[in-house]
Parts: sequence; C-alpha cells; structure tokens
Amino acid sequence: MESNSSFVNFSDKPTLKVALVGNPNSGKSTLFNALTGLNQKTGNFPGVTVDKKSGFAKLNSTVTAEFIDLPGTYSLYPKSLDERVAFEVLCNSQNANHPDVTIIVADASNLKRNLFLVSQIIDLKIPVILALNMMDMVEKDGDVIDAIRLSEKLGVKVVGISARNKEGVEVLKQALLQPLSVPQYDFIDIKKIASEAIDKVKSVINVKSDFAAFQIINNLSDINYLHDKEMQIKITDAVNTLIIDTNKLQSLESVERYKVINRIVEECITHKSAIKTESFTQKLDGILTHRIWGYAIFLVVLFFIFQTIFFLAAFPMEWIESLFVFISEATANVLPAGELSNLLVNGIIAGLSGVVVFVPQIALLFTFIAILEDTGYMARVSFIMDKLMRKFGLNGRSVIPLISGVACAVPAIMSARTISSWKERMITIFVTPLMSCSARLPVYTLLISLIVPQDKNAGFFNYQGLILMAMYLIGFIAAIAAAWVMKWILKAKEKSYFIMELPVYRSPQWRTVGHTIYDKVKMFLFDAGKIIVAISIILWFLSAHAPGNKFEQIEKKYQDNTWRANMNQDEVDAKIASEKLEVSYAGMLGKSIEPAIKPLGFDWKIGISLITSFAAREVFVGTMATIYSAGSTDNTQTIREKMQAEKDPETGKQKYSIAVGFSLMIFYAFAMQCMSTLAVVYRETKSWKWPTVQFFFMGALAYVSSFIVYQLLK
Amino acid sequence: MIKALKNLAELKIGQSAIIDSFTDKEMALKLLEMGCTPGEIVKLDRIAPLGDPIAISVAGYLLSLRKSEASTVLVSLIPAS
Repeated sequence: MESNSSFVNFSDKPTLKVALVGNPNSGKSTLFNALTGLNQKTGNFPGVTVDKKSGFAKLNSTVTAEFIDLPGTYSLYPKSLDERVAFEVLCNSQNANHPDVTIIVADASNLKRNLFLVSQIIDLKIPVILALNMMDMVEKDGDVIDAIRLSEKLGVKVVGISARNKEGVEVLKQALLQPLSVPQYDFIDIKKIASEAIDKVKSVINVKSDFAAFQIINNLSDINYLHDKEMQIKITDAVNTLIIDTNKLQSLESVERYKVINRIVEECITHKSAIKTESFTQKLDGILTHRIWGYAIFLVVLFFIFQTIFFLAAFPMEWIESLFVFISEATANVLPAGELSNLLVNGIIAGLSGVVVFVPQIALLFTFIAILEDTGYMARVSFIMDKLMRKFGLNGRSVIPLISGVACAVPAIMSARTISSWKERMITIFVTPLMSCSARLPVYTLLISLIVPQDKNAGFFNYQGLILMAMYLIGFIAAIAAAWVMKWILKAKEKSYFIMELPVYRSPQWRTVGHTIYDKVKMFLFDAGKIIVAISIILWFLSAHAPGNKFEQIEKKYQDNTWRANMNQDEVDAKIASEKLEVSYAGMLGKSIEPAIKPLGFDWKIGISLITSFAAREVFVGTMATIYSAGSTDNTQTIREKMQAEKDPETGKQKYSIAVGFSLMIFYAFAMQCMSTLAVVYRETKSWKWPTVQFFFMGALAYVSSFIVYQLLK
Repeated sequence: MIKALKNLAELKIGQSAIIDSFTDKEMALKLLEMGCTPGEIVKLDRIAPLGDPIAISVAGYLLSLRKSEASTVLVSLIPAS
C-alpha cells in the first residue's frame, strides 16, 4: 500500500467537533470521561430515542473541542438503533453531529476484532485518529504492538493510551490540533465486490468514497438521510437493474476485511508466548459461571444490592425528609399564612422532597450496577440467567431491575438501561412496577392489621406475616406473567441476538462509578423531577382547594364554642382537616368515582385515598388518617381503631371486612399509582406512549383482580 | 483427511475446530463482524449451567452465543493432539 494521503488541518477552527466511536467494552466511555471530566451534557440524537452524550474540553488557549460519544458498535452495518445512529453520524456529512475528526477507540488487547470497525471507518475517507486503548493490559500480557508500523499500514495517526490511568489522553488531545491525514487508498478494494453498483450510485450521488457508496447500496431502506425522496428513487432506479444480494455483499466484505486485518495483526503484534496458560479470567469464570457457585454468588450479590437499597438507603432518605420538613416549617414561619405559603410549603417543597428522596436509592443501586458492569461480571449474569429469563421474554440482565423493584421501581427502571435488546428492555421496564415496592409496605401493614388479628397463627407461622409474604409473591408472579404475555404481543424492532463479548475481568474504576452515579442522579433530578414536581402541585391543589367558600364554612362552624366544650384543639383541627378534605376537589373526585369502585368494595373515602396515593402509595395511610380525623399519621393505632369501627352503611357490618381488605391490597399490588415511576418510564422510553399504556394496563389489571377478589370473598 | 462437518453447538468443552461456513445468512453477518470468519480457529470454552448459551474463544477473546445461533456455524473438528 502506498501512502498517498491528503492532509486536513483544523487548528484554526475555534470549536472542533470530535466523535468518539468504538466497540462496546473498548473503554470508549472511560476515555470520554477522561477527556471531558464533568463538563458533559445528555441530549438526544435528532429523531431517535438514543441518548447523546457530549462534552467540552479546551485543547489549547484558542481551540475548544466538542466531544460526542457515539453508541458502541462492532461494525457500520446499521442493524440496531444504536448502530444506526453511529452509522448516520459518520456517513452523512450533512448530519448535525457529523464530526470534523473521529477518534476510533480500539481495545489493543483485543486488536483483531476491533480493527474491523476501524477498517470500515477508514474506508469512509473521513479524518480519523486511532486511539489504541488498554495499552497497559497489552504490556502486562507481555505483548508488544508496533504502533508506528500499524499507523503506516492503516494510513492514519495512531496514539497509544490507557484511558483508565489517564495515560496518553493529553497526547491524544494535542494530536487533534496537528494536521491529520485522510487516507486516500482503500483498506480493501470494495470495487472488487460490487463495482457496477458502486459506479451507478456514484453517478447519481456525490459520496466521499467507494465504501460510502457501497453502504448506500446495502442499507437503502434504512438510510434516513436519503429522505430526500427524489434522491432515493434515483438511486433505487440506478441499482435496480442489477441483482443485488446485500447479505452476500456484506459477507464478502467482512471476509475481505479480516484477510487484510489478519495480515496486519501478524506484522504489528509480537506475542510473548504462543501458548496461553489458563488466564485469571478463565479461572474466575470457572467459579462465577459454575452451576452451583455461580448461582450462589449471584444470590449473595442480589441479597447485598437488595439490603442496601431497602435498608441502608432508609437512613439518608430519612435525613432528606427531615431536612425538607425543616425547610417547609421555616418557610411557613417566615411567610405570612396564605395561598403563597401554602403553595410553597405543601405544593412545591413537598414535591421537591418527593423527588430528592429517591436520590439515595438511585445512587446506591448505580454504585452496584457500575461496579458489576465495569468488572465484567454483568455479562456473566447474563450468561448464567439467559436461558431462564428468555422463556419470559426477558434478558439475563432483567434480574437486577426486577429484584431492585422490590425496593423501588424508580432506580430499578433506570437500571434496565444495561439491556441492549430493545424488546427485552421494554418488557423489563413494563413489568418492574408490578414487583411489590417498599411504598406498598405501609399500605399492606395497615390493611393486614385491620383484617387479621395479630395473635392468629397458622401452626408455626404468624398469619399476618404469611399474608404479607403472599402479597410479595403475587407481585412477582404478576410481573413474570405479564412479561410472558408481552413476549407474544410486542413486536421486536430488531432481531435479538445473544452474540456478545464476555470481557476480561478488571478491577472496578471508582472514577467510572462516580460518573455513573452523577449521571443517573442528574438525569433523574432534572428530567423526571420536573414531571414529579408538576404533578405534586396539581395533587396539592386538588386536596387544598374546594369550590366556592366551603372551607370558610367549615372553619366558621368549628369556631362555635359548643364544639370546643368537649374537644381539645387537636381534635378540632383533625375534624376540620377531615371535613375540608371531604369537600375539596380531591374529595369531589373521590365521591364521583364511588359508583365505579363500589363493585370492588370501595367507598368514596377509599376513592380519595386512591387519588392522593398517586403522589406515592404510602400516602394512603396519611390520607386515611386525615379522613378519619385521626390526627398525626404516626399514630397508626388510632387510624386502625377508627377504621375498624367504620360500619358499612348498607349492611351495618364492619366496613373493612376481609373482602374489602384483600380487594384493596390487590388493587395496590397491581395499580400504577406512582407518578415518579411514570415520570421515569417517560424519561427512559422518551415517549408518553409507554407510561400511558402501562398506566391503563396496570389499572385494568388492578380493577379486574380486585373485582374478582371482592366478589368471591364478599 | 476429509472429516464430516459438525455445527458449533455440537462441540464438547475444550474441543477446537476450524470455521467452515454458515447456514444462516443474516446470522453469518453478525458472526463475521465479531471475528468468526471461515478458517478461524474456535474453541468451546464453557457451557452455561442451564445448558445454554455457550462461550467460545475466537480471535483472541471470549464470545458468548446461544446454541441456536451456534448451530448455524459449520466447523471441522481439530483432533486433540
């Protein structure tokens, strides 16, 4: 190959657009973090639901670079949504994100396979720098890569780096400022494979290289930038006369590429020894994918994750809640009593508290997820769980979201991001809220204590405990069953493969872990947080306002001294709160839905609680306390006694019978009564379609199930 | 010596083979880009505890794939030395 290159120089451009592209596990994200630090933002690639991460860094006193982290891909065949984005950005020079320079990140310890993508990008004839990552690993293995020779063979600049140790990152930055060669020769002679078709495409559309023309032929229906209908028709007409089997063309291309790659690898790498001894990774795999130890260890890992987000997170969550109570009390004291203070304290501050309170769980869960991903263990979880989960349309990686869902669906749904198959990820997101989360626990506890005497035992077991366990089991079974049903309903957008790399084990990197936590918390606070605060303001308005002057009438009524004669101030306040809630908009709503929920055994009082529970399920207990004027919510004893004393106006029997209790628990087990979950599903799927479908599906499931339970037990 | 071809899913743990060809065109593309090219040596490293998927060594790294996917790859066994 002759080195016939043209040079481009960007050093006089004030902002340089740089794309990062590479295989999954090539350390691309680590490099991106090392390059940009915390100076990052998350957006969207136009028209698709793929997150776009970009960040800025100064290269010298005058030039700033904008780095765009493209989704990881093994090739430029746009098969999945992620790959399509990478393909579009690199191939289409009109694309808003089309880079001035592309840094291809390749795992040097796995050079052969990584060079495949490298070779395709070289053939696009765009300015590139090859960043050979994980050079420390290569050295540790005792191998030597001749980077100068590799650079000559590929015709592009090669920089050896170790993104984990931040080695070579500065060199890479400086390399961006130097003149870059755009290789003029082809890595493979693609014309040998489809010469006629390439010529025809090139006669219609102006492309930079033969390979770019070849890509157009192969992906005609997938290429969005040919939306210019006229051009698409022109190209279709041009190549229509030829019989083209794109599968065959791409196979031929792959084989050709690997032929050249094998030659280059042979010339540029010197292995220490031909015979490899059993590596650390193989030994560890022997344990972690063992038929007994593998599952035992995974169970322990799950147990730790669960304990942490269920129990450990409770402490910081309590601190956050106390902090917000303090803030709202201070605000209430400073501001004059009235509408503004009310809105601030009970609407906005309460809403913010409801957002921030999730941060500990999200941070803790993602500490684990980041460690599991970074060490390479997550791929093994997939490996040992795949067969089991596949039956239900789920992925091996769905296990962690599902188990985390027992603590809280919000971080759990965010953790489904590690599932690469679109269909399996959607199913996981869809069914995770059916797992009994910790917000349901106070509801179950109150209702169980209402309908089951505490001292009742079934042999060795406590009856109340057994029912609580049954509720968790019901949630789990519902989730699995729903997943199974969705497996048949949902059409896959792309063919699902399980062809994936099992990366070598590495120790986790705390910088990566920190970045993940920061990213996820930020994303939740700003994207889902907005929606949660907005809904809490609406909910506050509904329960704190009534049509006309109904509130004033109630207050007036209790100013009368006859009430004060046999009640203390607290009791009067509780009565006022209860009556106000009844006449409020929320109360009106609760009453208006009574006919609809009567077949489930619910009255308007429960109706109000169903509406206010939307803020968070445990609000049920607080609302019940207000309705039954039990005063402080801390006093569950009083709520229980008052609810127990409630009589059904028609039958005269106890209102909270076994039938009503179970019906209500089933309703809480299945219904999507959590605005935070809906907000996070919206954030993760980037459309209102999924939260809406989820809301109605779970609502219908809850309604029908409660109806059956009530009618059977009544 | 000409040997009958087997598919990749039929290998036993520790057995090595040379990739010959593919029976599914679309799957072939995915496998090709992952470095499973005809002539490449593969070794069955591990089978998941439930019998599926499997993990093979190829092109210097560990690749996991389902048996249904592996069965589209035809290989010729390398006799153990």
